[in-house]
Amino acid sequence: MTTEAVVPGVGELAARIEDGASLAIPPDYSNVPLAATAALIRRNARDLNLVAVPTSGLQTDLLIGAGCVASLEAAAVSLGEFGPAPRFTDAIRRGVLAMKDSTCPAIHAALQAGEKGVPFMPLRGVLGSDLIGRRPDWRVIDNPFGENDPILLLPALRPDVALFHARRADRAGNVWLGQRRELVIMAHAARRTLVSVEEIVDDDFLADEVIAAGTLPALYVEAIALAPGGAQPLGLEGVYEADRARLVDYAEMARSADGFARWLDHFLATKAAVA
Amino acid sequence: MSACRTDELCVAVLARLIGDASHVAVGNASPIPGMAALLAQSGSGGRVRVSMLNSRRHNAFTDGGRELFDCAGQGRIDVFFLGGGEIDGEANLNLVSVGDPERPEVRFPGSFGSAYLYFTVPRVILFREEHSPRVLVPKVSFVSAPGTSPDNVYRPGGPAALLTGKALFSFNKNKKQFRLESVHPGETVDTVRQATGFEFDTADEVTNTPGPDPETLDLIRGPVAREIGEAYPQYAARFVRI
Repeated sequence: MTTEAVVPGVGELAARIEDGASLAIPPDYSNVPLAATAALIRRNARDLNLVAVPTSGLQTDLLIGAGCVASLEAAAVSLGEFGPAPRFTDAIRRGVLAMKDSTCPAIHAALQAGEKGVPFMPLRGVLGSDLIGRRPDWRVIDNPFGENDPILLLPALRPDVALFHARRADRAGNVWLGQRRELVIMAHAARRTLVSVEEIVDDDFLADEVIAAGTLPALYVEAIALAPGGAQPLGLEGVYEADRARLVDYAEMARSADGFARWLDHFLATKAAVA
Repeated sequence: MSACRTDELCVAVLARLIGDASHVAVGNASPIPGMAALLAQSGSGGRVRVSMLNSRRHNAFTDGGRELFDCAGQGRIDVFFLGGGEIDGEANLNLVSVGDPERPEVRFPGSFGSAYLYFTVPRVILFREEHSPRVLVPKVSFVSAPGTSPDNVYRPGGPAALLTGKALFSFNKNKKQFRLESVHPGETVDTVRQATGFEFDTADEVTNTPGPDPETLDLIRGPVAREIGEAYPQYAARFVRI
């Protein structure tokens, strides 16, 4: 892998996510690719099948509100301390979003099956939950190594695309993720991985044992786009804080379709200015 | 006891319920359980390990989102906190929706890790400050996580207690029933019964929930409030008194 992985901008990342693709995205506290999300909305993406790893917030709410989403698999969707995710809640109540409710460790485990290339992963718990009746893709079997011991099996998750934002990449296309190992698993499990970054540095992350330990190697990464501030108005650990005022505004304005449209217009304009 | 607010009382009660656990984990959007965990840690001279997902400082996990769950699966977490949009008399939790799930009247965020942690963590403390018939219902509309399981289901964990803004209940898994243990200041067994949508047992002697002593209240309003501010800046401001 060489600098060929570096593409001109987040618009190019969005162009590589086909309508109808299954798209794995990170939780709101971790590396949310909002510049790339703006690009997806700008290119009028349709029928995306989102996989939240394992929860989501603003990114999912924006994509739902903008009409980009056909289905969603998630353990939860919320704006956290800012309140419920209004466009998600509205879409569910109107019955226009195919929702695959899950639970956090089930999504992590199914991705782990995906990264191993095995067909399924067992998971303790969950039995007796109404989640199971609404997930025809899940199975309960008797533990073959035990006796009268029912256990849940989850089919491997292999999203078409994993998309996230990161602090930095090197010239070879290695992406530094630090402790955000759920993004590493996401990239391992996905068929293709697209990343926006704050900066691209003249360095080799794999040459240093300490940095290499927190690095997603380029072999998993199809394309990288430079996008400073690419997670804003959410924060990026160690780089910038969330813009709390804009998030408060969103939680309030997105309660109506009109208010959502106004917030979205401003968001797209801001992102276009820096893209 | 000192005069204190209900949320301060809840922090103190949850800290007592944590007791001598060696590892307490706190999920997202849980500032009061987070404060309780920090208070328990402070009371133990630092012996209680606290893993708070919202926090940078009180979160030693380095292997991504799965690590908390894998830790719990191995029995490395002793206490966790869960709530619910609805909680019923058999301790079933609903974090998904009310009404037909295809076209629900109310949609909650989702089950998070409840369907798993309710099974794997030995002592799950249920906490919901709102104590009303719309939260404490006869039967949940959707079971995110069941309160009890058949004998053949692997389940080292489950509900230990339910704390609300009005009362403290224990849970008896054999009877599949909550038992009212104590009522908070200003409440009686009758007012609690009126605000509760499910039937419950009552202790032989229902006491008044003891609040924090002055030293504990100082801790809650001082170091604990400052410490939770790192994870919940908005929230901490409610507690600090200068």
